[in-house]
Parts: sequence; structure tokens; C-alpha cells
Amino acid sequence: MVEEIGTTTEGDLIINVGPQHPATHGVLHLVITLNGETVKKVEPHLGYIHRSIEKMCESLTYRQFIYVTSRMDYLSSHINNHGCALCVEKGLQIEVPARAQVIRVIMDELTRIASHELWWGAMAMDIGAFTPFFHAFRERESINDIMEETCGARLTMNYMVPGGVMIDIHPNFQKKVKDFIAFYRTKMNESDELLTGNIIFQNRMKGVGLLSKEDAISFGCTGPTARGSGLNCDIRKLYPYEIYNSVTFEEVLETSGDSLARYMVRLREIKQSINIIEQLIDNIPEGDFQAKTKAVLKLPKGEFYSRVETARGEFGVYIVSEGGTTPYRIKFRSPGFANLSALDHMARGSKLGDLVAMMGTLDLVIPDIDR
Amino acid sequence: MTNEELKTTITELIATAAFDETGEWLNVVVDPKEWLTLALQLQNHHSLYFDYLFCVTCIDWKTHLTMAYHLSSTSYRHNIVIKINLDREAPEVETVSHLWQTANFNEREAYEMFGVHFINHPDLRLLILPDGWEGRNPMRKDFEDPVNMIRL
Repeated sequence: MVEEIGTTTEGDLIINVGPQHPATHGVLHLVITLNGETVKKVEPHLGYIHRSIEKMCESLTYRQFIYVTSRMDYLSSHINNHGCALCVEKGLQIEVPARAQVIRVIMDELTRIASHELWWGAMAMDIGAFTPFFHAFRERESINDIMEETCGARLTMNYMVPGGVMIDIHPNFQKKVKDFIAFYRTKMNESDELLTGNIIFQNRMKGVGLLSKEDAISFGCTGPTARGSGLNCDIRKLYPYEIYNSVTFEEVLETSGDSLARYMVRLREIKQSINIIEQLIDNIPEGDFQAKTKAVLKLPKGEFYSRVETARGEFGVYIVSEGGTTPYRIKFRSPGFANLSALDHMARGSKLGDLVAMMGTLDLVIPDIDR
Repeated sequence: MTNEELKTTITELIATAAFDETGEWLNVVVDPKEWLTLALQLQNHHSLYFDYLFCVTCIDWKTHLTMAYHLSSTSYRHNIVIKINLDREAPEVETVSHLWQTANFNEREAYEMFGVHFINHPDLRLLILPDGWEGRNPMRKDFEDPVNMIRL
């Protein structure tokens, strides 16, 4: 049986999951080769939501291109914008005011909580638990309301711009965030009570979709996916940007490398994000929220690379500049693309039903993969 | 390792390598024929140990193509960028998907978007583009398609 895996022989069943399938969270198309119920091969077919964002960015200025990047990983659009802004700032050597740095980090962490909450609800729904979805969305809505007040948008924020943030925070912002945290602290254990301890859930997660640390590195996995396999890969710790080196938080690691480990990493990360916000929310320095920059930004000739930690892993922005007002070539290293490439390896030899649990804990966002 | 030390070690491995230190990380330009030899060394050399390939991309310079490989080491935490200049008419380079498995998907993307042919790649097919796009490479600078417009 084992040597057959990865090949197609007579009698094998080839099924298509997606591009319209509730468990793929978007337009992911998987061609799965099955022997009975055992998965022999998983072949992702991408591109159903490919918008060629990289090519579009080649004709957009350094102020304009950030708006497009919100549409990639739409669940952590703040952090995408952040990565792009950092790359432009690196090229122009702009010093970001302290106030903007703190606001950026608070926004990033709120986004991370919202993203992990949505993942938690959606993943639970994938494996057959419907209630967590509503609980997750209740919490996520409060974050969206906070975002809406300051950024004017609930999903694609476009709030971080080269030099700082677009507008100052809303006067209610600090109070709202503190209220949210107080509310959230009372609800935080709900996820454990509802789902984590459930024996059926545990059985569906434990030992499913094993990914060793070596494979995680080789496949370029990052974020909670790789940290579930015990790999230190948190960009906030390894290459601190903004004020991440002055806040206390721990990098969450699990070592078993299965779906439950990835699940636990995300849940524990939410608590770390809450810690970070609590340290900062009362200490937002006064001052400018944006550095003074020229109206037209021109990056010097050269290459610039910046990386940030999104809710899904390492997001890299690689700009090749010829000295003009638009990038000559821009590449977005998206975490989902690398994480998805490990799916085939993880799924081989397991049961079809487990594939859904694996996809759920990889936290795939398809526009992020396709770009 | 610092950029200077990396430079010394890589010169010992590949004598013809050219360096560019203007950026944040050390850029090494190698001949496509020497890429596989260097890649094996980069991954296995005891003081380099570049095990994490975090970005693979291609740049169209209108006169030639450049493959850029961003590598990092999870043990030493140093970074390096390897660049390979390719002929624009018939771009060919050895695959490294057996060394870093993430290269499998990334090389398929470079294949369809830029038309780079990866020698010995196990599964060189279109990944993102639909069937029938073979030979038309949308990320190249001279690509124009009035129907499927991708320029803003």
C-alpha cells in the first residue's frame, strides 16, 4: 500500500474538491487521487482568483500600490499594508513617528485576533461543529467595529501608508479597545470549553496531518503552521520591526506537528496578542501619526525586501526599483502559497475526511495564495 | 556569518561568483551551469547551512531574465540572495525542488509567468494559469492581452 502512494493505478478514484466547495473557503480546486478512502495524492489547481496583483503594482505608484495589497490576504489586510509600507520606508529611509509605530502594532495585533477568531469558527464548521462559528463572529464583529471607526473600513483597511498611518485614531479608540479586551477576557475560555476539550474534536485532530520540523522548513512553511511543528519562525521575534522588541510576549511553540498542535498555537497566540495590546493601549505616545513625506515618492535604484508576521506566517515584499515612481518588479511572498505546498505531503496516506481537518488548520486564504 | 565571511566562503566554493553588496543582504551572481553545485553546497556546507528558501522569483530586464533565490538559515540566521542571469529567448536553469521542496511550486509559477524552463523539475506544468496559456508569459514586460487585461 505504502509504495503505491503518490501514483495512480487502475481502480483509483479521482475526485475534485472545489473550486466551489464549502470546506475550501474560496475558490481552491484540489484534484484528489483516492484508493478507497485513502488519499494517494492531492494536487492543487490554483488561479481561480488570480488577479495578477504583482503586475498591476508595476503600473501603480508607491502610494497607490498599497491599496491593492489589502485584497490579497483580506483577513489580515492591516499587516499586508504594514509590510508594504515598511518596504517603501526602508527604501526611502523614512523614520516613522513613535505614535504611528504603536498604533500600527495595536492594529496588527487586533487583526491577528480577528483573523484567528474567524479561522477558529470556520475550521470548527469544516469538521462539523456549527456553534463555534457564531461565537467567533460575535467577537470578530467587535474588532471590525473598532476598525470601522478609525479606518472607515471593516475588511480592506488601507490604513497604513508610507511614513505612518493615514489618519489619527478615533477619540473613542482606546476606550473601545479596552472595553473589547475586558469583554474578550470573559469569553476567551469559551473556545476551550466549547471545542478544545471535546473528545470527538480531539480524535479528529490528534495525529492528523503530521508535518515534521524538517519538512516545515523545506516547504517554506511559516506562521502557526510551522510553529506547530516546533520551528522558531516568528518574524516579530527574529527580525523585530516597529516596537516589537520593546513589548513582552512569547513565541508560541508546539512540537507534535499535527493538526491539534497548529490549533493550539493559534489559540495561544490570541492570548499573546491580547498581552501586547494591553501593554500598549495606555501608552500611545503623543505626536505625529505620520512622518512628513514628499507628495511623489521615488525609491532609489536598488532592491528592498521587508517581512512581517501576518496571521498566517511570513509575508515578504520584494521591490526592485529602477529609480522611478513605480516599482519595476514587485514580488509578494505570501505565507499561504508555501503552506499549501505542504498539503500534498501531509495528506498522503491519510483518510479523505482528515483532509478537511488539515486544510482547516493550515488556515488557507485563497486570494493570498493566488495573488 | 557576516556578509564578508559569506563572501569568502562562497568564493572558495565557486571561484567565478560575482558579488554585489549594495543591498541589505549579500547578492551572489552565478552562472546557470554552476547553480546546482552551489545550491548543494549552500544547503549542506557546515558553516552555511541555508535550509530555508523563502522567496523565489524572476525579474524581466527586457534584455535578459534574472532568477532570484532568497535563502536563509534557521540555525545561523544569515540571509543571502542568489541571482542567475538567463537568456531571455531560451531561459533554462536546473531545478532545486529536490533540495528545497518549496521550490516546486515557486518554480512552476516562474515557469508559467516568465517562461523559465527548469531542467529536471518533476512536475513542470501550469499552476495558476488555465490550460492553453503555455508559451504566453503574462509577467513579462512585453506581454499585452487586450482581452484579459492585467495592467492598470
